[in-house]
Amino acid sequence: MLYIKCPYCGLRAQKEFSYGGDATVKRPNINEEVSSEDWDNFVYMRKSPRGKHIELWQHIAGCRQWIKVQRDTATHEIFQTAKVTEEIR
Amino acid sequence: MSQPFRLNKEGLINRNKKISFTFNGKKLFGYEGDTIASALIANGIHLVGRSFKYHRPRGFFGAGVEEPNAKLQVEFNGHSEPNVNATEMELVEGLSATSQNCWPSVNFDVGAINNFLKMFFPAGFYYKTFMWPKSFWYKIYEPFIRKAAGLGVASIEKDKERYEHKFEYCDLLVTGSGPSGLASAYAAAKNGAKVILAEDKPRFGGTLLTDDVSIDNLSGKDWAEKIISELKSMPNVTVKNRSQVFGYYDHNMLVMFERVSDHLEKKSKFTPRQRLWYIRAKETILSTGSIERPIVFGNNDTPGIFLSAAAKEYMKVYGVLVGKKPLIFTNNDSAYETALEFKKNNVEPIILDTREEHSSELIDEAKSKGIDIRFSHGVIVANGYKKVKSAKIGKLNKDKNSFEKIETVDCDCICVSGFWTPSVHLASQSGNKLKYEEKIDAFIPDKKKQHETSVGAANGSFTLEESLKHGFENGSNLSAKITDTKTEIAIPNVNEKKYGAHDKFWCMPLPKNENSKRFVDFQNDVSVSDIEIALREGYRSIEHVKRYTTLGMATDQGRTSNLNGLQLVSNIENKIVPEVGHTTFRPPFTPITIGTIVGREVGMEYMPTRKTPMHEWHEKNNAVFVDAGAWKRPRYYKQGSETLFEASKREAKNVRENVGICDVTTLGKIDIKGPDAAEFLNRVYTNAWMKLPVGKARYGLMLREDGIVMDDGTTTRISENHYHMTTTTAQAANVLSHLEYYLQIVWPELNVNVVSTTEQWAGAAIAGPKSRDMLSKLYTDLDVSNDALPFMGYKEAEFFGVPSRIFRISFSGELAYEINVKSDHGIFMWEKMMEVGKEFGNQPYGTEALSTLRIEMGHVAGPELDGRTIPSDVSLNGLVSKKKDFIGKNSLGREAFNVESRQKIVGLIPIDRKSSIPEGSHIVQDQNAKLPNPKLGHVSSSCWSVENNNPFSLAIMKDGKNMIGKKFFAVSPLKNKSIEVEVISSHYVDPEGKRVRS
Ligand SMILES: [Zn+2]
Repeated sequence: MLYIKCPYCGLRAQKEFSYGGDATVKRPNINEEVSSEDWDNFVYMRKSPRGKHIELWQHIAGCRQWIKVQRDTATHEIFQTAKVTEEIR
Repeated sequence: MSQPFRLNKEGLINRNKKISFTFNGKKLFGYEGDTIASALIANGIHLVGRSFKYHRPRGFFGAGVEEPNAKLQVEFNGHSEPNVNATEMELVEGLSATSQNCWPSVNFDVGAINNFLKMFFPAGFYYKTFMWPKSFWYKIYEPFIRKAAGLGVASIEKDKERYEHKFEYCDLLVTGSGPSGLASAYAAAKNGAKVILAEDKPRFGGTLLTDDVSIDNLSGKDWAEKIISELKSMPNVTVKNRSQVFGYYDHNMLVMFERVSDHLEKKSKFTPRQRLWYIRAKETILSTGSIERPIVFGNNDTPGIFLSAAAKEYMKVYGVLVGKKPLIFTNNDSAYETALEFKKNNVEPIILDTREEHSSELIDEAKSKGIDIRFSHGVIVANGYKKVKSAKIGKLNKDKNSFEKIETVDCDCICVSGFWTPSVHLASQSGNKLKYEEKIDAFIPDKKKQHETSVGAANGSFTLEESLKHGFENGSNLSAKITDTKTEIAIPNVNEKKYGAHDKFWCMPLPKNENSKRFVDFQNDVSVSDIEIALREGYRSIEHVKRYTTLGMATDQGRTSNLNGLQLVSNIENKIVPEVGHTTFRPPFTPITIGTIVGREVGMEYMPTRKTPMHEWHEKNNAVFVDAGAWKRPRYYKQGSETLFEASKREAKNVRENVGICDVTTLGKIDIKGPDAAEFLNRVYTNAWMKLPVGKARYGLMLREDGIVMDDGTTTRISENHYHMTTTTAQAANVLSHLEYYLQIVWPELNVNVVSTTEQWAGAAIAGPKSRDMLSKLYTDLDVSNDALPFMGYKEAEFFGVPSRIFRISFSGELAYEINVKSDHGIFMWEKMMEVGKEFGNQPYGTEALSTLRIEMGHVAGPELDGRTIPSDVSLNGLVSKKKDFIGKNSLGREAFNVESRQKIVGLIPIDRKSSIPEGSHIVQDQNAKLPNPKLGHVSSSCWSVENNNPFSLAIMKDGKNMIGKKFFAVSPLKNKSIEVEVISSHYVDPEGKRVRS
């Protein structure tokens, strides 16, 4: 079971979180024209990298904040966690 | 009742307490502190089971977790458990053990015919034989194999025992209480670290209990006792025996299996049987020790053949002799300690040492005691069927591939030692790749992947001095980093015997005329010839050899067989062992009970039960409940001998004719506040929200970004910046996460907060033509006329002195209201409604009637919003704004969503107006068409229309709107039904929606 550091609550067991997918995907702006190709890429296309991956998790059984987690998808090592408003490089 | 193999004084058992038990029906006794194995051996019983494939007689081989043979069906405390390791299970009064995998009895087993047919059971036998014809597999092969190969029998009784889970955090977890584990735990404890010390066996000390050593002038056993009692007295230390750390998972999470009370004669009702510990450790010391390896020889599975250290443990811990005429067969010095222990107990052993004549401290001692030592010797074949009677032994030539001399010697047991294998399973599970250590011919941990440090024998250090030194150093250094305290501890003086080098020799050759089986893996019956066949047939990867032969795949995980198998492969292939590699270790290290994994999450505790504040009233009034997620909802209120069908019809009819009330507390409720709340709702819902006035509700539809309908519900503007959203019962949690996602990540600039208020409000719907009359009696001071409180209106008013919210919304399609009060007032509200509603014919109605009412109105719910429908599929495109943007809008333009023949919601009635249409039925043109019959749609919801008194269904159908008036078949192979149906509009009752506005 992963041990995830919520930037608001501290280290908590994976049980308290729910996974939310790739954190680097940006939704096209509301009320702005978007090509169907860009839209389809946003809705459907995701990379499935082996190795470092920045992903979203929500601390559903805690503060309910969505957070960013940089994790190795092969080893499960977590390098960094951050608030969604912060950058992970 | 004598115990012919019990020593008079030796051992750590309690001779003051006799324990009686039975084995295969025979009444026997042992002592407190015995295992089933030690008690049976004390009674001279060695034949305990039959082997997996050949049904060969098998006896005990080890004295602990390494045991491959002695798995018994054990009954105690009123339950029956299969595959219990007899070498680990402690004896308790009244226990009854039986052999398994034998029929009709362990002494006479019909399956043993397989042993004489063994030429037909080579490696890969099952793969090769049971391939063809395919139809034979289920009917003949599989039942036969299951019957023949079964281990124990799982109980079909409900497990009445209590199992628990525990979560624990510590600075240092020490797995194993041998010398290195004790030293690590002690050093870390002295540094103030929070330490958990786990020992698998009932007794602490590991090899200190059996090795002839001294530490600081104390015997090993006394030193261990001293350290343990000191650790137990420290508040920062948890010491656990009978506790096996069996799994090493991500982020230093280890899982431990504690046998809490199986060894107790009496226990309280609340004492769990077993406990699963989830331990998050900052650092872990792996002091799991090592397991002795056997040397492979002919008929080496005969009862009476033991690992040499196990024989010593039976003498020193249990005061039991495994035999009185022992042969000690070894390639190293450690078995000499077993020989000396026999000698000490006045038993004369013969030592067969594969090494050439040489000298060492132990050899010299054995010689000086007059023990018969034969160098360059080994056991070729053990003789005896159900027990060893003698052994054919041979003097090996220089190349150790043939014999200079062969003779037969009498013996009643053979104690074999092929040197030691570090227990690296936990290190391997943690991700450590392991490396081959030439010096000990075994794998030890390599570079660490997690916070794990192997010490002592688990790390390949086989001397006490080194083990203690590593233990103290690592325990101290690892904990000092955490606690910032370093207490100096003097490393104690050690007295131990020096071992000479071992012989790199693990498999006895067979003379030409000899063809008895040489087993590598006892539990899965894998012999030398099976491995040879696998290699001859072209299997090279050790993972493939393992799967083909099943070597090391039994419940003992090949603890005594893996390395011998690897050695064999490497010898045949002319490779060195590290080139062959090793197979992967996986948790659990030892079998654990399903009960422990499940813990307390059984029956009612399987998941939380959510009850509305009116639950008790429903119970008292004969409600039959249905699960809606974790919620319990009344499905119908049974009157007399009513069936579900009758009751739901009565309840629904009463709503159409009079008035009914329904508990709608379970609907998801989300409070939305903030100056940008209207803008947010406008983006979340498909319809327009900017102009909803205060005091009005609106029905809204929300989509996922892919255009699929996510949920529907009404949202009410309570005040300028305050909205009350309702969701379906099922989607409540998902919708909240969805809203939080957009507010926190996508549009953080919107000043809005959302919070779930589902638990805060109790809700009741009042529906039916007489609902306004009833409402006026509930709110005598309030104008509830159609003008004052119109459809989709909202009011706040006191309900008999209690604050309440009145929403004029309808799911049933009738004139209806929903009243919300604070949860604490829910039952008060409900009882008042029942009382006041009497004169209007009010009756409570459940989810079944609710479904009937909404289905015949053509209102969609979960079965239609099934994650595959877009708004136009369910006739809700009127709610989709063309002017503004919203979540999922861009997807609605997709080509497939806009083709003419796109699926649409329709209504179905049976031609005979009688046959109800099963939900899930497929709609087809021709019920007799050749398969696969083209599917035109499916039936999503079915009811008995109380308005029209015949069955009615909703269906999602290809090109649905153009099918109206046409006839099809609704077929349900599951229900074995095919019903001719006519397609009609999905709005079967009140299509103009007049009633809700009346
Ligand atoms: Zn948190």
